[in-house]
Amino acid sequence: MSLNEIIILGIETTAHTFGVGIFSSLKGILANVNDAYVPLEGGIHPREAAEHHASVAHKVLSKALSIANVKMEDITAVAASFGPGLGPCLRVGCSVARALAAHYSKPLVPVNHCVAHIEIARYLLKVSDPLVVYVSGGNTIIAAYSDGRYRVFGETLDIALGNCLDVFAREIGLGLPGPPHLEEKAKKAKKFIELPYIVKGQDLSLSGLLTKALEIASSDTNYSLEDLCYSFIETAYGMLIEVTERALAHTRKNSVVLTGGVARSKVLQKKLEIMCKLHSVNFMTVPAEYAGDNGGMIAYTGYLCYSHGITIPVEKSYIRPRWRLDEVDIPWFKQD
Amino acid sequence: MKSIYHGLSKTEEVLSWGAEALIVKTTFLGHPAVKKVRIPKPYRCRELDEFLRRRRTLLEAKLLHYSIKSGVPAPAVYAIDLAKTTIVIEFLEGELLKKVLEKKKVNNLANILEEAGYFAGCLHEAGIVHGDLTTSNIMVCNAKPVLIDFGLGAFSRDYEDQSVDLHLFLRSLESTHFSIAEDVFKHFIRGYEKARGKNKTEKILSNVKDIRMRGRYVSERRIKRKRGQITT
Repeated sequence: MSLNEIIILGIETTAHTFGVGIFSSLKGILANVNDAYVPLEGGIHPREAAEHHASVAHKVLSKALSIANVKMEDITAVAASFGPGLGPCLRVGCSVARALAAHYSKPLVPVNHCVAHIEIARYLLKVSDPLVVYVSGGNTIIAAYSDGRYRVFGETLDIALGNCLDVFAREIGLGLPGPPHLEEKAKKAKKFIELPYIVKGQDLSLSGLLTKALEIASSDTNYSLEDLCYSFIETAYGMLIEVTERALAHTRKNSVVLTGGVARSKVLQKKLEIMCKLHSVNFMTVPAEYAGDNGGMIAYTGYLCYSHGITIPVEKSYIRPRWRLDEVDIPWFKQD
Repeated sequence: MKSIYHGLSKTEEVLSWGAEALIVKTTFLGHPAVKKVRIPKPYRCRELDEFLRRRRTLLEAKLLHYSIKSGVPAPAVYAIDLAKTTIVIEFLEGELLKKVLEKKKVNNLANILEEAGYFAGCLHEAGIVHGDLTTSNIMVCNAKPVLIDFGLGAFSRDYEDQSVDLHLFLRSLESTHFSIAEDVFKHFIRGYEKARGKNKTEKILSNVKDIRMRGRYVSERRIKRKRGQITT
């Protein structure tokens, strides 16, 4: 280990994933180990997820350290996602981070989960100033950098896209994760069923779509499941791309980046690519390994924060379950 | 951004290539006019795309007409071609409010904003909601505000829809004109109240707050609300 090498250990625990990533300022991402809680039935139960995180924490941590081939003593600082996310889950990750920071006398770095999703995409795709489409189980945000922060140019007014797709797939018995199952069914569709398409200015609303689709699915009316799945994803993706197109016309950025768990959807990627071609802008998707929640993105973003002097004393390190993306200053951003 | 639209005559000029439609400067019976063409979106399935384009084209024409009828300045409708999802409307000489707000010093800005708020209030009184009330959709022509782009509008007297209009306006101020957002909104609301009266305005403002609270990860949600105050 060289004298000016900075090594950051990053811990992610906002929702279903407990992840540990290790980033070196000289060698890049050294380790990215993640373990996800899978509910036996229904959605994420915050307490059960937190119990899962507490039970796998030591295993994930030691595996990440051994893959990266570093010891705790080599680490420069410990970063953790402080929010936004589920309180019980965040508390586990932050407790681990606080313990490590206190025991090994390392600085503690607070990282915003949404910022991390954006930064890892910019880092891996080498794109400087994109319009970011961040879609996951907990977030649906169209953001771009402007005057010191990532500003939100469109978001969901109620539930997140990933949540909407997962709940629908689960309720009609297709299983999780929702998007690949729904997209497979949709391939065999014959006709389009009209469903609530709600775009309000720069924002979209998905809860009406979910309610209506579930209502049709549970009624006795004649419908084909294939048609319903097709119409459901067409309507949901259609709304997302329309608000993205609006944000693009408004911000005039020359690239669009797709990040977050739902970024793995091939259908969504294709549709966004078509829209971007229409406006002659570049389109890129974050690699699948870093699409969903992961420790690597927290470690990398922790490095950015740490190298700009952002740390927090352990005794003041409260979690922030409702920490919005546009509340975070981004001092490391360099615009061309 | 480059245009991919080729169906233009030599005298026509593309003004903007917006998110929803292509805006072309043209002439109509000798008058300067604007042609708004809703182009097919290949990323949407055909049925959904046609349905949305036809519905919005027709609705926009209607809303513009009723807006003028109720005394709110908006571009006049000259012609509709539903098959081509195109409307031809009046050409306005002026600047977008967004550009006006970017300038350092503007004469009468407070009055312009107040009047914009007044017109938004009149629109709501007439049972119309704009649906996309941002600083990019208000034009300033000879120091007078004119509402444009009713593409997401609707006929509605619902307080919720009216609140969404104000919520969107505030959001557009915060994302694009954050340093002056509070002041601009204050002037705007002063005008809005003139058109709607104190009671309705207060009711709507408190609903705007509710809408913000419904948004994801709003830390204010946990804090006891202060009455009648919009925190930005």
